[in-house]
Amino acid sequence: MPVLIPRNVDELVEVFQEHPQAKLLAGGTDYMVEVNLHGRKPETMISLRQVKELTEWSVRPSQSRITIGAAVPYADMEHGEIARLVPALAQAARTVGSPQIRAAGTLGGNLGTCSPAGDSLPVLAALGAMIHVIGPDGNRDIDFVDFMVGVKKNSLKPSEFVHSVSLPIIEGWQGYAKVGTRNAMVISTASACLVRDIDEGIVTIALGSVGPTIIRARDAEAWLTKSTSLRAGADLNPAVAQEFGRRVALESRPIDDHRSTADYRRHAVGVLAQRLLTRSFS
Amino acid sequence: MSSTVASTGTRHGTLGTSASRPDGVAKVQGGFAFSSDMWADNMLWGATLRSPHPYARITSIDVSGAYEIDGVSTVITAADVPGKLTYGLIMQDQPVFAAIGDTVRYSGEPVAAVAADHPETCQRALAAIKVIYEVLTPVTDPEDCISGVAEQIHPDGNIFRHQRIISGDTSIVGAIQVEGTYEIGMQDQAFLGLESALAVPDSGGHGLEMYVATQWLHEDRKQIADCLNMPEENIRLVLGGVGGAFGAREDISLQVHTALLAMKSGRPVRISYGREESFYGHVHRHPAKIWMKHHADTNGKIVKIEARMVFDGGAYCSTSPAVLVNGITHTQGPYKCENAIVDGWAVRTNNPPCGAMRGFGVVQACFAHESQMEKLAVAAGLSPVEIRLLNAMETGDRMITGQIMDSVAPVAQCIRETDAIPLPPPMSQDADLRTIPGGTGLTALPSNIKRGVGWGVSIKNLMYSEGFDDYSTARCRISEGVVTIKFATSEVGQGFTMLAQQIARTVLGVDDVFLDTIDTQVGSAGSTSASRQTWMSGGAVQAACRAALEQLFDHVATKNSMNRAELEIEGTDIVDRLTGQRVAVLAAIDGVDIDCTEEYHHPATEDMDENGQGNCHVAYAFVAHRAVVDVDLELGLVKVVQIATAQDVGRVLNPLSAMGQVEGGIAQGLGLAVMEEIIVKDGKVRNPSFTDYLLPTFLDAPTVEMVFIEEHEPKSPLGAKGIGEPPCISVTPAIANAIRQAVGRELPRVPIRPYDICL
Ligand SMILES: Cc1cc2nc3c(=O)[nH]c(=O)nc-3n(C[C@H](O)[C@H](O)[C@H](O)COP(=O)(O)OP(=O)(O)OC[C@H]3O[C@@H](n4cnc5c(N)ncnc54)[C@H](O)[C@@H]3O)c2cc1C
Repeated sequence: MPVLIPRNVDELVEVFQEHPQAKLLAGGTDYMVEVNLHGRKPETMISLRQVKELTEWSVRPSQSRITIGAAVPYADMEHGEIARLVPALAQAARTVGSPQIRAAGTLGGNLGTCSPAGDSLPVLAALGAMIHVIGPDGNRDIDFVDFMVGVKKNSLKPSEFVHSVSLPIIEGWQGYAKVGTRNAMVISTASACLVRDIDEGIVTIALGSVGPTIIRARDAEAWLTKSTSLRAGADLNPAVAQEFGRRVALESRPIDDHRSTADYRRHAVGVLAQRLLTRSFS
Repeated sequence: MSSTVASTGTRHGTLGTSASRPDGVAKVQGGFAFSSDMWADNMLWGATLRSPHPYARITSIDVSGAYEIDGVSTVITAADVPGKLTYGLIMQDQPVFAAIGDTVRYSGEPVAAVAADHPETCQRALAAIKVIYEVLTPVTDPEDCISGVAEQIHPDGNIFRHQRIISGDTSIVGAIQVEGTYEIGMQDQAFLGLESALAVPDSGGHGLEMYVATQWLHEDRKQIADCLNMPEENIRLVLGGVGGAFGAREDISLQVHTALLAMKSGRPVRISYGREESFYGHVHRHPAKIWMKHHADTNGKIVKIEARMVFDGGAYCSTSPAVLVNGITHTQGPYKCENAIVDGWAVRTNNPPCGAMRGFGVVQACFAHESQMEKLAVAAGLSPVEIRLLNAMETGDRMITGQIMDSVAPVAQCIRETDAIPLPPPMSQDADLRTIPGGTGLTALPSNIKRGVGWGVSIKNLMYSEGFDDYSTARCRISEGVVTIKFATSEVGQGFTMLAQQIARTVLGVDDVFLDTIDTQVGSAGSTSASRQTWMSGGAVQAACRAALEQLFDHVATKNSMNRAELEIEGTDIVDRLTGQRVAVLAAIDGVDIDCTEEYHHPATEDMDENGQGNCHVAYAFVAHRAVVDVDLELGLVKVVQIATAQDVGRVLNPLSAMGQVEGGIAQGLGLAVMEEIIVKDGKVRNPSFTDYLLPTFLDAPTVEMVFIEEHEPKSPLGAKGIGEPPCISVTPAIANAIRQAVGRELPRVPIRPYDICL
């Protein structure tokens, strides 16, 4: 089986166009499980490791945005500047697997797999991330909402790949929380990311593992904006937080499976919403 | 850790010291050859075709497609089994392969096997075998087997064993009565070193050499020989490196398949399971449903116990009858009580087969009786400690089986010493969030958490029961100035090889002890299970070394004109107590040739009668656990903060190793309490992987504070009791009781799931 190792983005575009059936490999923490456990047999692989651009991140202060390359590993997001600018992403990164997995796993891989349990995805949804993709027809930016279209389905076209993810740097509070039945190294049974923008006075919340895609609880968000001030210095009535949690839970669409029950997932995501909102005020 | 081990003044490497393990460095560095690392020239790979259905009749099997694939050497089905078509530890009811016309009885049952030049070729060959099944409705509810409404799914019937215990005055009615129905989920042993065997046929085709990761070489050999229709002496079994066992390697899994493929192809064959296949390839802990009713007087003293236990044995017998007897005979727990009515069932269903796992039936019984003790404490207005001390069993007590407790039984001391261990400090409001429930998921703040404390105390029988003479053999040779010990004891990671060296160093006064290959070229050692090898094989090694020492003394006395009757080992010298004359052992063994093989047999036991009466167990060990847990009441997430434990061990032979057993057992019991469960729906396993079968990680593990109670057991050859099983037994109800205290719910089932707590 040939393994192609492009050295830069131009080469990557070229080889992926020549081999549209090829499989991209970043950290391999999802795909190698497919190969070893589920009998997936790739004919050609394209390794992303040597494409330097994909492993870099940068901040554009003028636009208040941070851009993170698709092949930056989670380990680089847990601490340091990325963690300072996008703390919810750092928290999500910290919940992924074990140190070995975080040293290899990437945002590009999480987006490539697009599982509703992907831990970075609620963060991208809550922050309104733009996914920068490159393909045979050039570049395009896809809103995360339009990127993830179903359980393990994204809107990448043939020979298109994720180049980077661009996130706004928000003035305010943001946090990620994930429920699993083990205290580390666990697939989430319910998760949520809440972002409170104190300049704009809005809250966004996105839910993981409680529907076929990441769910933005937009009705609950809208209700919250009407019900209380979310700007700097405001106070939160606990009853509002509770009602917010209840409304968020209503917007989830969970299922029963061997990991948990729909009822528990709905309940848990409501508790997370309530707690995250409360934390954003403390 | 606080323990009372006297190691000062003892020569390093002897009994009582933390001697290092002969396999330790290799295992840490990655150089140790596990059975899945074995290799032979010209070797073929084997693989097994399994039924996807829990219950189905096989109408036809067509293997021709497999032979058309390049690289496929051999395909075998039931038609290729030359000897006995079935195997099993107690009843031989499990087919080597399900045959045409017969039924498969569990999802994952072997139907055929192939040998080919590459694992990938094997997978293609398996896909090319055409099996036509007539799918039947599986029997999955044990109660349907007991009531008789279920279809009989095996010629031997759907009941493996029904045994009752009727003891003492059954008409007594207690002033206080508490009852409950408890459920225990199906736990997996989840050893890390997956099943693997390599079979090498003799060139003449009459015999076979096999390297296999197992718990009992001689028993495997017997069953393999029967199925191969080959004399046992034509088969040599060598222990392949074993990465954990916990009961899952007692039964035959791939042994017969590997041997058959090797004999038929005439080439070495190795089969190695992956994790998913491992979940189908070995037996699990019995899921059980237990009803118990305790009668006590107004003070809380137990006067009678009523119980009904139902163990789901799955499709084949394995050790179900013995697991059941362990369950019912431990109904009373470590408490005084002579009056009881117990009804126990082990039944056959189309669920995955269940058999031995660390704790062997006692885990289930203990979860029920310790849940009951908590209710009894409340009803009697006593604390969990008071109720247990009030009822604590002592040596000399008559148990519900009529057997007199003749082991050292420091139950009250276990409870008191555990109680004396300081509780952990309360959770600080700025605790590292990773250490509170929810862990790295950051789901909670300390203010969301409630703490609970719970107790569990247990009794566990040691060795095999009901008249079984599970003896052990060891050989000690002194030759060319070297001491070599040989035994067939499976080293599964527990450290017996280390212990054997410690015993030989202590008895013989040498520092270097060589270990011969662990294989069937010496008598049986029995199984590495039932907390028995330290006692049994330790007893055999000690006996062989002592026999060799007697001969050495004869030789030394004659050669050096010393007083034969006055000789003893002091450190590494032989000393004449009368004259003070000394000879270094190293000098003494130079030039001698001594070879002693000894067997150790434990005191005999007997079968129980129809009322469950009889001296059926050899000896007992006790332990107390106190659990401190933090619970997120709203999300139902749990963190076990601390386990305090005092264990009755007889004598600590290796402090480090003892600590390892205690910590490991606690992690396993914690797993059963809050996360480990094979989820079976309609006879099918839903989570056969470590993605979804969750084992505790380091962030789930509690701090363990342990005390060893060292009251030497006079019946035991080394004064020590088996310590492998007790740590994992009462820790599960201790954690459950702690969660119950925090939550205020009955929580009658383990594992306790988040939604049991908060919905
Ligand atoms: C033990 C273990 C624990 C895990 N725990 C978690 C967890 O807690 N949370 C979680 O979210 N995930 C977890 N995962 C899954 C996995 O680690 C993550 O999804 C990770 O983000 C995958 O990244 P990767 O670089 O390894 O992807 P890869 O395996 O390399 O690729 C995954 C998929 O994405 C595609 N892909 C990769 N890069 C790109 C790109 N730039 N553009 C387009 N497509 C691309 C690949 O072709 C492939 O289809 C775990 C995995 C394992 C093995």
